[in-house]
Amino acid sequence: MKFFTLLVFPMAAMAQTPQAVDAKLAALDSAVKAAQSAGDNAWMLTSAALVLLMTGPGLALFYSGLVRRKNVLGTMMHSFILMVIITVLWALVGYSLAFAEGSPFIGDLRYLFLRGVGIAPNPDYGATVPHETYMIYQLMFAIITPGLIAGAFAERMKFSGMVLFTILWALIVYFPMAHMVWGKGGLLNAALGGKIPTFDFAGGTVVHITSGVSALICALYLGKRVGYPHEPMKPHSLVLSVIGACLLWVGWFGFNAGSAVAASGLATSAFVATHFGAAAAALGWILAEWMRTGKPSVLGAISGAVAGLVAITPASGFVQPFPALLIGFAAGVICYFMVTLVKAKFGYDDSLDAFGVHGAGGTVGALLTGVFATNLINDGYKDSAGKLLPLGWIDGNPGQVLNQLIGVAIAWGLAIVGTLIILKVCDAITGLRVDKEAEIEGLDLSQHGEEGYFFEA
Amino acid sequence: MKKIEAIIQPFKLEPVKEALKNIGIDGMTITEVRGHGRQKGHKEVYRGQEYNVDLLPKMKIELVVTDARLNEVVKTLTEAARTGKIGDGKVFIYDVAEAIRIRNDDRGETAL
Repeated sequence: MKFFTLLVFPMAAMAQTPQAVDAKLAALDSAVKAAQSAGDNAWMLTSAALVLLMTGPGLALFYSGLVRRKNVLGTMMHSFILMVIITVLWALVGYSLAFAEGSPFIGDLRYLFLRGVGIAPNPDYGATVPHETYMIYQLMFAIITPGLIAGAFAERMKFSGMVLFTILWALIVYFPMAHMVWGKGGLLNAALGGKIPTFDFAGGTVVHITSGVSALICALYLGKRVGYPHEPMKPHSLVLSVIGACLLWVGWFGFNAGSAVAASGLATSAFVATHFGAAAAALGWILAEWMRTGKPSVLGAISGAVAGLVAITPASGFVQPFPALLIGFAAGVICYFMVTLVKAKFGYDDSLDAFGVHGAGGTVGALLTGVFATNLINDGYKDSAGKLLPLGWIDGNPGQVLNQLIGVAIAWGLAIVGTLIILKVCDAITGLRVDKEAEIEGLDLSQHGEEGYFFEA
Repeated sequence: MKKIEAIIQPFKLEPVKEALKNIGIDGMTITEVRGHGRQKGHKEVYRGQEYNVDLLPKMKIELVVTDARLNEVVKTLTEAARTGKIGDGKVFIYDVAEAIRIRNDDRGETAL
């Protein structure tokens, strides 16, 4: 009897096993998924906050330190107001136009008023995080991009004109460009069925080329500031600018490493590339400056770092650390010559060098991404057999440089045409420039009725 | 009565005040000013944009002394303010017609 029991008991236990094991496996599976989702979501929410940090204190301080004292508040408002306007626009229609599946050029209205954008992940954009996380993360990009343009029309743009310009620019330039590069079915989307796959990890074309080139158009259309270039227009506080640039650098980790949409190895490699690109570019800029003028300036160092962050943005999730140094160094040197020699030669008043840094740096970065992108870093692109595809020239795919060039050309074209139309419209409705007296008085008093500094109080 | 107006290097203000105090001169008026004489300014470059800054920060000291003390005070002041380099500044001396203490209407040297 005892022998029988011994024999039957294990058999009885085994008879229950498959269900019990299945249940246990299923529980384990969902626990693993929940853990990954928790990790990824924590990083993505952090990244979203970091990208907002780039606009709020970062860009606002960087730009406002570079203007004259009478325009410090007006310039900060050019950044801050975007956190207000673009957010509302994004909730109403922006996210849908940029990220809903639609035509190759713009999304449809399925996510109007954020309908259907909830806790359930959207596997096309981020399989492990709530769709809503992806939505809020992308909003922060839409906020900072028009903020960069403000560098070109600083110290002379009418506030009402700036507000209207921003709304139209988001609708006509940013949302379509974001859709083309990152939206499902977008023309240039390399991962989700685009016709001309272009690599833009975190926004070299979408963010920096569109804003930088639009900035140039604004500077040309608005004309020079009263007194430029013979009157002194020294930065009123480089201290603010240094703090702003450092906040931009830190926030950029969310911008680039967050673009992995996961707390993954790819995020780490984008983080590393971002940091290396910034450092090498700061070095490139001050070395060029040191050789030409005999002094390495602080403004040069921080401008170079920003140029490097711009250039490494499209490449950050595709390149190894050493090419990241090369891309950064090249951007630092090239942007230095853009804001000194090229600007002086053509005589346009791009007040804070939005074009020289973002337009030029973004273009350099987008093209070099085609050269240095490698599947050793990014294994997200496979053929139907599951074999890794070669990405850039160094992977044996020189044609990618041509694709990058097409992406760059489309971004330039859209920015030029879109911005010109928008400027004409705004000019007719609100006007663009403040009048001469208001410009001499300063934007703080003439546009906002306040002063930034009032030490006697 | 003479008025001494001295324009000096900002970092020489403390030594000058100290030296004047040591010979019993307490009252003076100080203004932060900008200017230049023979001293050339310097060049600043912001992203390739050059500015020649030729008005440099200086301190202006004004004080009124009796005729009897004039030479002693000027000597003390210039010695304390001197570095021997271009940019040390200048001293101008004026006649003063009258001095009035607002508090009690003292006139002349007693008002100093």
